[in-house]
Amino acid sequence: MQENKKFISGSQITVQAAIDAGAQMMYGYPITPATEVFTGWIKNKQPYLQTEDEIAAGFAICGAVLAGQKAFTATSGPGHVLMQDGLSMAEAMRLPFVLIAAQRGGPSSGTVIYSQQEVTLACYGGNGEGLRLVYSPCGLEELYELTRRAFNESWKYRFPAIVLTDGYTLKTTTVVELDNLKKIENVPSHALVPEDKIIHWPNIYTFEEELFEELNNAKADFDKISEEVVASEVLEEQDAEIIIIAHGIVGKSVKEAIKQLRLDGIKVGLFRPITLRPFPKKQLDKVVGATQVKKVVMIESSIGQLARIVRDELAPEIDKSFVYLNYPGLGVETEEIVKQIKKINI
Amino acid sequence: MTEFIPAKFCPGCGYPIVLMMMHNILKEMKLNTQSVLGLDIGCSLLAWNFLPINTFQTHHGRVTPTMLGFKRARPNSICIGMTGDGGAYAIGMQSLAHAVKRDEPITVIVVNNTVYGMTGGQTAPTTLHGQKTDTNLEGNIDDPISGPEFFRPLAHKDAFFARTAVNEPRQLQECFRKAFETQQQGHFSMVEILSFCPTHWKTKGADTIAHLNELKETFKLGII
Repeated sequence: MQENKKFISGSQITVQAAIDAGAQMMYGYPITPATEVFTGWIKNKQPYLQTEDEIAAGFAICGAVLAGQKAFTATSGPGHVLMQDGLSMAEAMRLPFVLIAAQRGGPSSGTVIYSQQEVTLACYGGNGEGLRLVYSPCGLEELYELTRRAFNESWKYRFPAIVLTDGYTLKTTTVVELDNLKKIENVPSHALVPEDKIIHWPNIYTFEEELFEELNNAKADFDKISEEVVASEVLEEQDAEIIIIAHGIVGKSVKEAIKQLRLDGIKVGLFRPITLRPFPKKQLDKVVGATQVKKVVMIESSIGQLARIVRDELAPEIDKSFVYLNYPGLGVETEEIVKQIKKINI
Repeated sequence: MTEFIPAKFCPGCGYPIVLMMMHNILKEMKLNTQSVLGLDIGCSLLAWNFLPINTFQTHHGRVTPTMLGFKRARPNSICIGMTGDGGAYAIGMQSLAHAVKRDEPITVIVVNNTVYGMTGGQTAPTTLHGQKTDTNLEGNIDDPISGPEFFRPLAHKDAFFARTAVNEPRQLQECFRKAFETQQQGHFSMVEILSFCPTHWKTKGADTIAHLNELKETFKLGII
């Protein structure tokens, strides 16, 4: 094997990305399938604290980043629900809170390895407006890259950042070439509560107008950075009459399905959002709005959580027929996609 | 910091006494510039711009984990979490217990007025047996929790636990001093302060002081 190639698991590559991003501290609570990110970090002799629950982990991160430390956590499912407590403080105070969310089946304890059912929670959890960065990686290279970006962009733009992955991805072990990916430059952290001057920092307001102004400013900042942050993958779209929209690991099955369907002469293409918040809206409009597109097929391992975002983001004048293929909590295999698209194409 | 900021606490509230006394000790110990005050939600939140030290608000019940995260990231800071009895002994109990168990070198100040003040005077874990509140109209049927006594057995031998009252200025200052010294020595410290809440005790003047003094029979003052 070449030296620049590594046989590595999703959890290991996430830990490697956090180390390479300059992360200084991890707070965590064990939960499948995110545990191995925590134990992998500890085995790499990195600083950590195992807290009494995800709530404490979340708020300890808030405290750490206020002091200027790059801190993060990894969790899943019910732990992700509890993590929204600290995340909402991070959203309100614009704290660079980094979370690796490994989706498992839900609701409740659900199943322990896989789903795409934490999309709404990651994007819009908490009693706020969803002003957070949410990345959905497909494959290990992208998992590495997006984890690096989560640290960089949260510290650069001061929004909490969530890498929304799943247990299948974290447990995948494959050969990855890291050298090119490692070249990403790090955004340094800085003390949000300074040592050399005194600040008074509210997180609760007396007047509605004060909160209104804060939120409007935060939204304006979020919109301004969106152009720099949004990412998507588009495949075989030029002549596509059917556009499949999928995110994360489902994107892998879709890409393989498109290869097979194209051999049968079916004109099918892919739109895969890489960032879910902010959403690559312009790219979506361009791909879906193209005149030859007759049908949009949503494929996801949930009951329409991505579909709701897509319908919300798509320009209202783009009138296309949608088909929803929902597999809540279930992996979606290439064969199933090929079968379903052939039915739709008739 | 010469700007005059009016306090938003209710008339007769004990919080301003707690805050001023604490700040005096921090200044005396020359710790005021490195101090960071985190506020739980509840009446403590009103202290967000009260003192010329770094201050921020957190969430109800979450000031303990926030401050230990800060302390671990900046060990030379003096991290103080200020909370009410509900924040400390109800919604924040789990985090507080584990911070004690791990001997986190932070100081938690619990202002105990036996009610949830900010939300209008509901039953707290410290509400006396028989005390009438918004959520126990006929009187509380439970006995109150004694926080420092509850946590002491979990703690490191060099951790500091004490209870004092807003009308015991000398003891109050001594408790603050020992608490901050304990933090400097790398251990957990907690001071519970019995405090006035005339608004929800529905008391006036001398009655307020008399009620506070009565509380000292249930909640014993001193090092625990």
